[in-house]
Amino acid sequence: MPKPFTPKVVTANALLEGDVIYLSADGWTRDLSQADVLTDEADADLRLIEASAQVDTVVGVYLADVDVQDGVPVPVHFREAFRAKGPSNYIHGKQEAPQQEQL
Amino acid sequence: MYHYTDFDDAFLKERNAQFRAQVERRIDGSLTEDEFKPLRLMNGLYLQLHAYMLRVAIPYGTLNSRQMEKLADIADRWDKGYGHFTTRQNIQYNWPELRDVPDMLDALAEVNMHAIQTSGNTIRNVTADHFAGAAADEVADPRPVAELIRQWSTDHPEFQFLPRKFKVAVTGAAADRAVIKAHDIGLQIVEKDGTLGFKVIVGGGLGRTPMIGKVLYEFVSQEDLLPTLEAIVSVYNLLGRRDNKYKARIKITVHENGIEDIRARVDSRYKLIREQFTGIDQQMLARIEADFATPTFVKSDVTPYHSTYQHDPLFRSWADTNIAAHKNPDYAIVSISLKAHGKTPGDATSRQMRLMAQLAKRYGHDELRISHEQNVILPHVHKGDLPSVYYALKAEGLGTANIGLISDIIACPGMDYCALATARSIPIAQEIATHFDALKLEHEVGPLKIKISGCINACGHHHVGHIGILGLDRAGVENYQITLGGDGTEDAQIGERAGPGFSADEIIPAVERIVMAYLDLRDSPAETFLNTYRRLGLAPFKAALYPEAAANAA
Ligand code: HEM
Ligand code: SF4
Repeated sequence: MPKPFTPKVVTANALLEGDVIYLSADGWTRDLSQADVLTDEADADLRLIEASAQVDTVVGVYLADVDVQDGVPVPVHFREAFRAKGPSNYIHGKQEAPQQEQL
Repeated sequence: MYHYTDFDDAFLKERNAQFRAQVERRIDGSLTEDEFKPLRLMNGLYLQLHAYMLRVAIPYGTLNSRQMEKLADIADRWDKGYGHFTTRQNIQYNWPELRDVPDMLDALAEVNMHAIQTSGNTIRNVTADHFAGAAADEVADPRPVAELIRQWSTDHPEFQFLPRKFKVAVTGAAADRAVIKAHDIGLQIVEKDGTLGFKVIVGGGLGRTPMIGKVLYEFVSQEDLLPTLEAIVSVYNLLGRRDNKYKARIKITVHENGIEDIRARVDSRYKLIREQFTGIDQQMLARIEADFATPTFVKSDVTPYHSTYQHDPLFRSWADTNIAAHKNPDYAIVSISLKAHGKTPGDATSRQMRLMAQLAKRYGHDELRISHEQNVILPHVHKGDLPSVYYALKAEGLGTANIGLISDIIACPGMDYCALATARSIPIAQEIATHFDALKLEHEVGPLKIKISGCINACGHHHVGHIGILGLDRAGVENYQITLGGDGTEDAQIGERAGPGFSADEIIPAVERIVMAYLDLRDSPAETFLNTYRRLGLAPFKAALYPEAAANAA
């Protein structure tokens, strides 16, 4: 039996700043909670291809596993948790200036 | 200090202009990421977890105050007000934006610095003993020859696409402070019948398959050094495995072919190319040596040192750990700890960088060094000035008296920054340091090197730590594996794996059990952790680490 498809988000780094971004319903966001949760495999593949084509805005596009809690995506793996928040030795990265701005 | 020629200046200007155009073309979309990535890597620019990372070379760890001040200015203007000093005597900026990097490189060029060959499969920044030119035990200053190697290797057309990166370290002393046996090529200046030459070690390295280098030649004369190096790297360039990234290092080439076979190949290559080296390199070396002339030491009063030593126990404690013997008995080598308890190992704020630069200018003949242990050195301080230097350092959080002790930890950036990491390193280092500081055991325990890497690449040198810690990902959870008995000095040894790893919660108590076992087992306070380990082996430490397994076996 094929493995069941688990929820995912499309993620990448922004070309200019290098920071972690996620694909939302209307473009890229820096905030994981705003990301589009993809529950259908074919849809996820399609969004991944579309996102990867945006070569002059983003770098290193891939699908990351998420859990959905109270309707909001949260990271499954600790690596994604750090990407979503920033480093743990300083209040740098996203935790420094919580922002919802669109790319 | 090496002084740039017009040629050097023009070379950097041209190189930076080229990269600026490449960045512009990436931003306007005319270069794809696949096209751009090798170009940015050639200029030390990585893309890490949360941002870009710019790695700047500090050749053989030597800086003057202007350069240190420039590093501080760059941290303030284009980064977040700090920089991270690494085990390869580089500085890394963790938060630059792509657009700004050409300006950062231009700022560096103003003080003769750059990021060339800090990445890629080339000969990387040449590292050296951080006490070079000052140490009491040194045969000769290793920096002139390190500079010659840098000039020879920079943009060397044959060596831009080696099978893998290539690292050279040089020491001028028998006590190895440059970890030469864990480098692709390690060089030690030695004396034979009154002339100086080099002991050449090849095939050391850490990473996935850690190995201690082997002696290729016991003595190579100064004139033969560059042709010998050229022959070694040529042989590796041809023979090195390109089919598998993990087997591409010269350590594997030496291991698979045997040192005798490598020596025979290097010998024949050497014969072929020797005559291309007509002696110009020796003229260059002579010019470089003049740039590294020993500063003029002054004769002045050392009593402030002795009286402060007697009256201020904090100063005494600092002087006991952070000062090393200088070749001039009125002088001292000061190691400034970038390991304040609970802080990120190797990080310095721009304020701290500026203070260190000022102290170097005022009290240190304008010289600074970066150590592979992620600390900063003032190599020439008159003993009479030590109290002033100490109180100034203390005021900026730089007076920690812990060089060589349990909290003087090397930690790579780990999962907090590095895209290759499998676990975090920094918080583990922070917790160990604060824990043993709270226990007030650090000075009682004495010399003990803990080194931490966040993945198998071993940037944190964990294999050569007395206690090495390797962060791994075990089913989506951070897990830490311990090795014991590693040593990065002239008696280099790869540590032994102690057993199953520990969770992030368990690792600090595990380290404490090892340290307590040592305090119990040592035959006197004079016996260091490493010596106790060497006398007794892994077993008693393993029993302390895994008390349950030991109880079940009993
Ligand atoms: C965050 C960016 C970094 C990246 C992406 C990175 C990447 C790597 C990789 C891929 C290797 C393995 C090479 C091999 O064995 O073939 C390696 C090894 C190494 N790196 Fe890093 N590194 C980073 C930061 C650092 C830092 C901060 C230090 C110093 C604290 C460092 C020092 C070293 C050293 C000493 C090795 C040694 C192993 C050897 O070549 O024998 N690196 N690094
Ligand atoms: S050891 Fe691994 S985690 Fe640490 S800096 Fe090197 S590559 Fe990154």
